[in-house]
Amino acid sequence: MTFNTNLKNIFLVVFTTLILSACSTGKKSGDMDGDVYTGKETVKYLASGVPDRVFFATNKSSLTTASRATLRKQATYLRKNKKLNVTIEGHADERGTREYNLALGERRANAAKDYLMTYGISGKRISTISYGKEKPVNPASSTLAWSQNRRSVTVKVN
Amino acid sequence: MKRFFLALAVYFISLNSLYALIEVDITRGNLNPLPIAVSPLHVDIKSVEHEGVRVKELGNNISAIIEKNFKNTGLFNPLKKEAFVQKPDIAHLKPRFEDWRLIKAQALVTGKLLVKDGKLKVEFRLWDLTAAKEMTALAFTTTPSNWRRVAHIISDKIYERLTGEEGYFDTRIIYVSEKGPKSERIKKLAIMDQDGANTKYLTLGNELVLTPRFNPTNQMITYLSYFRNMPRVYLLDIETGVQEVVGNFPGMTFAPRFSPDGKKIIMSFAEDGNSDIYTMDLETRVVERITNHSSIDTSPSFSPDGKYITFNSDRSGLQQLYVMRSDGSNVKRITFGKGIYGTPVWSPRGDLIAFTKMRKGRFYIGVMRTDGSGERLLTENFYQEAPSWSPNGRVLVFYRETKAGSKGEGFSATLWSIDITGYNERKLTTKTDASDPSWSSLLSK
Repeated sequence: MTFNTNLKNIFLVVFTTLILSACSTGKKSGDMDGDVYTGKETVKYLASGVPDRVFFATNKSSLTTASRATLRKQATYLRKNKKLNVTIEGHADERGTREYNLALGERRANAAKDYLMTYGISGKRISTISYGKEKPVNPASSTLAWSQNRRSVTVKVN
Repeated sequence: MKRFFLALAVYFISLNSLYALIEVDITRGNLNPLPIAVSPLHVDIKSVEHEGVRVKELGNNISAIIEKNFKNTGLFNPLKKEAFVQKPDIAHLKPRFEDWRLIKAQALVTGKLLVKDGKLKVEFRLWDLTAAKEMTALAFTTTPSNWRRVAHIISDKIYERLTGEEGYFDTRIIYVSEKGPKSERIKKLAIMDQDGANTKYLTLGNELVLTPRFNPTNQMITYLSYFRNMPRVYLLDIETGVQEVVGNFPGMTFAPRFSPDGKKIIMSFAEDGNSDIYTMDLETRVVERITNHSSIDTSPSFSPDGKYITFNSDRSGLQQLYVMRSDGSNVKRITFGKGIYGTPVWSPRGDLIAFTKMRKGRFYIGVMRTDGSGERLLTENFYQEAPSWSPNGRVLVFYRETKAGSKGEGFSATLWSIDITGYNERKLTTKTDASDPSWSSLLSK
């Protein structure tokens, strides 16, 4: 039985690794992993070592490993600063229809919010707002700009 | 906005010859537009000055608007006035058909007007030059300041007579006026006549506004506003300026449209990050949930009979178009082609759905039958989306954005129209950059 369970776990681990490697087959070039931005050019900080934003793949709202690490830092910071409330802004790049992008921004903001909540931050402290494609941080029409614009940004409200 | 045409008195002078020879087929691209002569309207010498209206030039100005309307359809070729062979007043009584045929005109518009006692009286006639007879004639009285609308109404009557379909000239377009650098755009609601005249701004630009849409039955619009940084669907009466939030939703509402009877608003509501489709009855305030799915459901649009809804969903993994009954049952995916799809809008004729398609980094405006068959892509560009139908279902208006440079330079947003034949693509003139156009119904219907 124990052996079987262990075997199952091993299979699970192998399987997960396969999925992960399949996900990261995208080219790593400069500040992008696949089409997810990994650079620091547009990033601001809630506090030293606590980046304010995470980036997403085209049409996706799933959090990358790097995004989860960033959000855990935000959660630690929010736990230390109990009176601080935040708004998470969800954004999309300009390469989609306006209405779908509003929905996508909403989904991205909530993905970040949900992750903070799993690390013990009360949902009452976090509001969300979607701006769709309305507020690009980089106004250029380039793949780099679009990757910087697909983001959720945690903003202090008090 | 003043109430137009309260004192509109329409009477038919005559309505003979239902069997005219000239006819314009608008179901195909027209490579041989119908040559038409629009004579300046004769200004009656008994006319008196009226404040704010150049009475002496009114005849020329009205005919110039009619000509521009016709030229913009791509179906007509208004002939140059230098070649005109008869004086306006004489031609209006009885044209010398053979002389007009010499300049290759097939149809002739004549008319006269009188400004007196604070009223503008106009009559016009449409002549079939080939058959040498009058096709239609109409006279009406209004206030002189309405003279542009007079020109549009005459255009509609002539278009109707020659094509057999309702016109779309006496209409307005509501849109979002844009100014400023790309990352800090100032956006205002703006409204203009279909031909670009009479631009008015309905909001001040203090908050972000998006996606205005006309009520097909009256002068109300619905739109998305970020007032107090809370994105919600609003209702605005453009006659009175009164506005209100639609419903009491604890999160973002967006992508609003009216039902065809104008009594409901259909829109998306995002709850905990997930967008579903809801309706709200504007009289009873009853809110109904139409979709309930863990994917994005947005951009809903009713069929003109109100029985069906087409919408955009990524429940298959990527954005595709769907049709369901108006109660949310019987959901069917209708797009299976290569690429992804958004912004489905049901034609006011009921026969087609217009949409935005995205494929390999290019954006297309297209139409398909309501079951998804017969897809036709009308225009391709770097970025364009959000088609809106002319009230007769023959023309689409949409917006385009240009590719920006590394600092956002070279960016622009403009309105365009195209016939559903795929012909006659045309840039609309707006005072500022513009996006999210919505076409009104005929105002004088």
